Amino acid sequence: MALVTETPELEGGRKGRSAAGRNRARNGGPRIGSHIFLLILVIYFITPIWWLTVASTKDTAGLFGGSGGPLWFDDEFHFFSNIQGLFERQDGIYWRWLGNSFLYAISGGVGATILAVFAGYGFAKYNFRGRGPFFGLLLGAVMVPLTALVIPTFVLLSSVGLVNTIWAVILPSLLSPFGVYLMRVFAQEAVPDELLDAARIDGAGEFRTFVQIALPLLRPAIVTVLLLSVVGTWNNFFLPLAVLSDPLLLPVTVGLNGWQALSNAGSGGEALWNLITTGAFLSIIPLIIAFLSLQKYWQGGLSLGSLK
Amino acid sequence: MATTTALSSAPQAKTPAPAKHRPDKNYRRRQRWGWVFVAPFAAIFLTFLILPLVYAFRMSLFTSTLATGTKFVGADNYLKAFSDPIFLQGLATVAKFALIMIPAQMLIALLAALVLDNLATWASKFSRLMIFVPYAVPVVIGALMWGFLYSPRFGPAGSIFGIFGLAAPEFLAQDSIFGSLVNIVTWQWAGYYMIIIYAALRGIDPGIYEAAVLDGASDRQIAWRIKVPMISSSLVMVVIFALIGTLQFFTEPQVLRGVAQGAIPTSYTPNMYAFSLAFSYSQFNYASAISFALGIVVFVFSFLFLFLTRKQSGLK
Repeated sequence: MALVTETPELEGGRKGRSAAGRNRARNGGPRIGSHIFLLILVIYFITPIWWLTVASTKDTAGLFGGSGGPLWFDDEFHFFSNIQGLFERQDGIYWRWLGNSFLYAISGGVGATILAVFAGYGFAKYNFRGRGPFFGLLLGAVMVPLTALVIPTFVLLSSVGLVNTIWAVILPSLLSPFGVYLMRVFAQEAVPDELLDAARIDGAGEFRTFVQIALPLLRPAIVTVLLLSVVGTWNNFFLPLAVLSDPLLLPVTVGLNGWQALSNAGSGGEALWNLITTGAFLSIIPLIIAFLSLQKYWQGGLSLGSLK
Repeated sequence: MATTTALSSAPQAKTPAPAKHRPDKNYRRRQRWGWVFVAPFAAIFLTFLILPLVYAFRMSLFTSTLATGTKFVGADNYLKAFSDPIFLQGLATVAKFALIMIPAQMLIALLAALVLDNLATWASKFSRLMIFVPYAVPVVIGALMWGFLYSPRFGPAGSIFGIFGLAAPEFLAQDSIFGSLVNIVTWQWAGYYMIIIYAALRGIDPGIYEAAVLDGASDRQIAWRIKVPMISSSLVMVVIFALIGTLQFFTEPQVLRGVAQGAIPTSYTPNMYAFSLAFSYSQFNYASAISFALGIVVFVFSFLFLFLTRKQSGLK
């Protein structure tokens, strides 16, 4: 859809424009109002993350009423003792959760992307029997709320004994109709039929043509779909909450939520606040780094085609 | 299916037309390779989408109790669902969220994208990334963080409002929990929508603006009369994403329940209701009916929205 509709003009657009130059020329200066607006937005969007960063350096007492207040550091620095606490609590189960999150996100995300690349290419470049109806079904599926599938998936998986195993999270995560859709539209645009025909005339088989000709051209879309599906799996809460009960299999999201419930249980519960904040802080770092370091790819990918 | 034709007829309808191609035997044999490429996805699609849907539908037609065992009841569960005040209340809640949350997210995302599109300073580049960053934070962690920030014990609200000599509002009380949830979701998703809209804006041919400037159009006119109409298909897509997400609202209220137990009941949204029916009361048949009914509602609404906006989105 829209992600791709603008592709044709994109290249010319990037080169041919210099928005700032245009505006300056007319207004004679940088725009103060716009920058103030952006500043307010940045403060709004970044404050919670700043709060979390600060909170991860405090112990429980500091969280409740430290010298620096909620948005600044205390005199005491407890970041490393909090990390130590994460190693001690239930034999370091937190790190196990973090590892599980990585396992689920990477295997689910990579798997979903591979399936999407193959299927998107197949839909785009072959006119096989049943393509129309199948693709129609797929587009309908984009609009099916995936959470509506969680409970039946749970019942199905439990009937084959897969509930409470890593497969109960990984296998359903392989489903990404939107990824296939993106890949199809991108492949249609970015992989010219003439190039494929030329490879075939040179004697390359269908599979080799795909690997050597199409795959390199599909790279921007592959990175985008990979990021979207890794984030999707990393974020997933409802599915693991439903299908996993063994604490050792939980991803970090469900695990931390459990700690929060424990800490809120009142007098009977335990206050793990400092471990929750430090654990949450550590768990958001990998994805933030991934996004910041891969921005060239996904920003290009969201405007698919610009890297063609 | 109308959506099919609608969505796939988007700009590049450059499908390899079989009629124009040489329809020889080689060509036809080669097309079968399509299935080879699509097959792995098709297997997952069947197992984890079609099968659960069919299964859920089947389950929803039965009822099972200890006394009578499993019994076929036809549409009874659906009649029960659509007259169940708890389910209807949940639907009303998510509808209210959709009406308030989606315009809020769209407005922030669109304004930010329009402003960013007009600037090319390092500050604007930096802001773009910072506005997007919450998307990289898992929803659960986002909700946990806001739970802390809202909390009268941990949160900064007390000191911030204290500066003005005001008492901090109780974000987690029954009256304000709705707004608190709207804020969490907006914070989490507006940046992502902004990036999609921004990418669409960068795709417009700047030559068009030059013509408008020559005609004496102001920046504001260019923004609302040229840019917004030209990216309407992206806007429609973003609204569809937001709509599907909002109607399945689950994670944020489920997590926030931990700190605001009195304010959020276990049946706050239809998904939470289905979850508690299934996992607290073992009523899997009725829970399936609720899930399925919710799925139908989401599908119908998305479809309706696409139909109503077919002109703006350029989908016919």
